[in-house]
Amino acid sequence: MNGLIDLLSQPSILIGIIVCLGLVLQGKSFTEVIAPTIKAIVGFLIIGAAANVIVGSLDPLGNMIQTGFGLKGVIPNNEAVVAIALADYGQATAFIMTLGMVFNIVIARVTKLKYIFLTGHHTLYMACMISVILIATGQSGPLLIINGALALGLIMVISPAVCQPYMRKLTGSDDIAMGHFSAFGYALAGFIGSLFPNKGKSTEDMVVPKSVLFLRDSSVAITITMVIIYFICAFVAGPEYIEAELSGGTNFLVFSFIQALTFTAGFIIIQTGVRMILNEIVPAFKGISEKLVPNAIPALDVPVVYPIAPNAVVIGFISSFIGGLVSMMVLGQLGWVIIIPGVVPHFFTGAAAGVFGNSTGGRKGAIVGSFVNGVLISFLPVFLLPVLGGLGFEGSTFSDADFAVLGIILGNVGEFLASWMMTIVLVAIVAVLAFIPIGGGKNVESQS
Amino acid sequence: MKKIIAVCGSGLGSSFMVEINIKGVLKDLGIEGIDVSHTSVTDCPRSNDILYVCGRDLEPTVSQYGECIALNNIMDKVEIKEKLAEFYNK
Repeated sequence: MNGLIDLLSQPSILIGIIVCLGLVLQGKSFTEVIAPTIKAIVGFLIIGAAANVIVGSLDPLGNMIQTGFGLKGVIPNNEAVVAIALADYGQATAFIMTLGMVFNIVIARVTKLKYIFLTGHHTLYMACMISVILIATGQSGPLLIINGALALGLIMVISPAVCQPYMRKLTGSDDIAMGHFSAFGYALAGFIGSLFPNKGKSTEDMVVPKSVLFLRDSSVAITITMVIIYFICAFVAGPEYIEAELSGGTNFLVFSFIQALTFTAGFIIIQTGVRMILNEIVPAFKGISEKLVPNAIPALDVPVVYPIAPNAVVIGFISSFIGGLVSMMVLGQLGWVIIIPGVVPHFFTGAAAGVFGNSTGGRKGAIVGSFVNGVLISFLPVFLLPVLGGLGFEGSTFSDADFAVLGIILGNVGEFLASWMMTIVLVAIVAVLAFIPIGGGKNVESQS
Repeated sequence: MKKIIAVCGSGLGSSFMVEINIKGVLKDLGIEGIDVSHTSVTDCPRSNDILYVCGRDLEPTVSQYGECIALNNIMDKVEIKEKLAEFYNK
């Protein structure tokens, strides 16, 4: 019996059981069940192994920043923080993710927000963050899972809904929605674009150097920034300190160079693990939701909007990154935690902010909209860190806007509400959404 | 081509959806025995025996790997169908 409890309390096994159950319920054959189940379990274990790699490379950097600048520096990176968190919060994350996807379908079914959130890795990361925050506020047991899943189900429809007015303008239809948890940044960029009275020229009328597009390859982008960040910190902290305290005598620049590359290695390993976990979960979720939710709108990963305006992608990234750099200096002046701009979040969210800003405000909209996105994703994590409990001190945090928006709300509200009161509040929000006639279902008028 | 790989920046979300759409389209076209998968630009293998499918924005990178279909709208099943049909009728 003890052995069984031990087995079930292993998050990797739990993920495997969930995948296995899902496949059995779909009537798959024995071999069709076994292979994905094994892959999901192995995928989870891969993420755990990569967490050690990432932590090993972030620890020395944290020490260098502390010694060199007398400040705390954090690099927002979803993959890194999730890999670290899953070691302690894996069980709650697995339950909240599974039940949250069920609630997404239920909420899409009963409200006018017909969005099915299909970006599986963001669902996983969000489930993980919610677990961390609710546990930090003292929740546990079944109510922890129910509250977490309700919050996840809600953000899975609210996030696409926030962007939909701009998505409709971009794609000319209600066929797809934005399924990426930085929607508040994108909608803000779209809104800022609309403030420019004369739309002016589109970004697509310009000639933009395509050379920065090699940064779409995350391994290249992360390595280049991490090497730069590491070298700057290494010079400021000084060779004496690093060689005496951190590197065990190895040359301080060689040590920093290897640590930067190690971070990239960890990132790539985590992505492989995530891909292995999601391979069966996402198609099943898509299939089930299509059967259960008429007129469902699939909310898809952010690159769906990139081909619409490739120049805005480049301009948005650069402008967002500059926003991040400016914010970093401001944070340093204020003496707050320094949020070091990571290329990955600024690329993926800045690019989309550029596309949204361009659609409403042309070139100016793209530049200003994505700059504000960059500032937003630099300042929000500062307020997210305190509600993450012990995880707030690991050198990395969640990078995209919606994580911080939901996290800050949940963390602060959770301080004042008992678990059961939070359940009532969340159910009430679903009920309100079910009765108000807003939202963007396809062919809404024909449903009556 | 017996192997198709959908490619996107992180190899997690968009390329996965494109893979699901390609599988559906191949079924509609009655083309069988093709291995379809998805990956990131980082992990993408390079081979002349693979057909790559990606968004227009990634074409400059992915077209270096081998033969590549670039989509104007990566979620448009009709566009994928037209381009795959054209490719396999050649």
